[in-house]
Amino acid sequence: MDYDSKLSTIIRDLPRSGIRDFFELVIGRSDVISLGVGEPDKPTPWPIREAAIRSLEKGMTSYTSNLGLESLRVAISEYVTKHFRITYDPKTEILVTVGVSEALDIAFRAVLNPGDEVIYHEPCYVSYSPSIKMAHGVPVVVQTREENEFALMAADVEKAITPRTKVIAMNFPTNPTGGIMPHEELEKIAALAVKHDLLVFTDEIYSELLYDGRQHKSIVEFPGMRERTVLLHGFSKAFAMTGWRLGYACAPAPLREAMMKIHQYCMLCAPIMSQVAGLEALKMGETAYEDMRQSYEQRRNLIVSRLNGMGLHCFNPGGAFYVFPDIRSTGLTSKEFAIQLLQRKSVAVVPGSAFSGAGEGFVRCCYATAPELIAKAMDLMEEFVNEVRK
Amino acid sequence: MDPLIELLQNNSRRTPAEMARLVGISEAEVNARVAAAEADGTILGYSAVVDRLKAGHRGVTALIEVRITPERDGGFDRLARRISKFDQVRECFLMSGGYDLAVIVEGKDLLDVANFVAEKLSTLGGVLSTATRFQLKAYKQGGFLVNAEGDEERLPVSP
Repeated sequence: MDYDSKLSTIIRDLPRSGIRDFFELVIGRSDVISLGVGEPDKPTPWPIREAAIRSLEKGMTSYTSNLGLESLRVAISEYVTKHFRITYDPKTEILVTVGVSEALDIAFRAVLNPGDEVIYHEPCYVSYSPSIKMAHGVPVVVQTREENEFALMAADVEKAITPRTKVIAMNFPTNPTGGIMPHEELEKIAALAVKHDLLVFTDEIYSELLYDGRQHKSIVEFPGMRERTVLLHGFSKAFAMTGWRLGYACAPAPLREAMMKIHQYCMLCAPIMSQVAGLEALKMGETAYEDMRQSYEQRRNLIVSRLNGMGLHCFNPGGAFYVFPDIRSTGLTSKEFAIQLLQRKSVAVVPGSAFSGAGEGFVRCCYATAPELIAKAMDLMEEFVNEVRK
Repeated sequence: MDPLIELLQNNSRRTPAEMARLVGISEAEVNARVAAAEADGTILGYSAVVDRLKAGHRGVTALIEVRITPERDGGFDRLARRISKFDQVRECFLMSGGYDLAVIVEGKDLLDVANFVAEKLSTLGGVLSTATRFQLKAYKQGGFLVNAEGDEERLPVSP
């Protein structure tokens, strides 16, 4: 059968994630030091796991409200008020989702008509462009650049705005660069959104992981933004809960209601044991992640200093747990660099090109790994870089 | 707490060079600050956390709850320090609640600890009573799980 003709053209033409290709190369090798992951190195804090175990013992195995447990939505509202200084009504403005990935998907699907344009920034997490296309939208890329430490520049956003623009989607701190947003650029982008009457989807998944004493500021906090912003957040990164698949969307009631319609038909609800665990995570609050955040900051110092020391220019990222060194001085493409480093030194990093064309010339190293392993990986990478340069 | 001290507390085998990179200061500054912490008694010493059973140790450990009479001028301190000086005493804390001192004692066998309690501890002036509880099995010590199962492996590459 000609399956290609049976597939949806949108899906058929969608590229596979570059991460997936690289994953195939690494899987099955036990000798690899991996800086290739996109998640914390520690399992979920024990009190959170214990709460989920207790819920199973109590027989909490049913569906929940489509919106998510009310107690969890109340806790999310309080947490968001504390961290983002914006309050959402747990009854009408919060939806518990299966990770931020689902929240992003249903947010696009809720607002996009075919041909509507979404401005987003690259290099970025792998799902943005596909999610926009799957919602029949048109992805409009704005490249972020190393000279700006991969922040999104309002002037670049302005150039990309057309009469068909409906949404600006952003994610800071960013995977894969670790870039963060200067407040003044955030303010200018907010003003653009208001001026052109655009929606803004802000993926805040790394917002707790900021370093050097920085305080997070979200675009939703600026004047005129609450009514046009969908704030997406989850538990995966700060609370080390990637496998629980738990996130949430906060949005004005009509937007939340539209997202809820899709969520109720395709997901029904997030898994109840994950929701119970999420509630415990929010009760713990920053005590659950502050130690991890501090240790990430130290590991970032270590890896940035080592990379620059071996002549791979690497800016000091303000958030998340990734560094994005420039490998162009080796004369290799980012894919060649990653593959040869894996083959010759058994160290896994992810080619920047897996995060769009704008990532070419860079590799992503995740430093959510024990300092001893980072140090060992850096020794091996330094050997590799010296061999390649000869 | 000083992040350097915290690093050492979690793993005292880190090299000065590694700590310097982690904290973002020079190696010379690390050496100076560690030396100062050793000199002023902030760092009391260094040791390895050992699963003693695995290491072939067949001795016994006991927690002894001790009630003592506070003294007019020194409170509990003078007597607590005297008790702490015995080599058999590994740890000694002043406690709130039903007794005053928690004394962790090690001996080569039950009799050894019993003799220490009967001959040394109970006979000290000011010691009112002792209650000795022997440790049966260790599950966590010094912040480390004993016989811990390894964490499940992560995928080597993920988005």
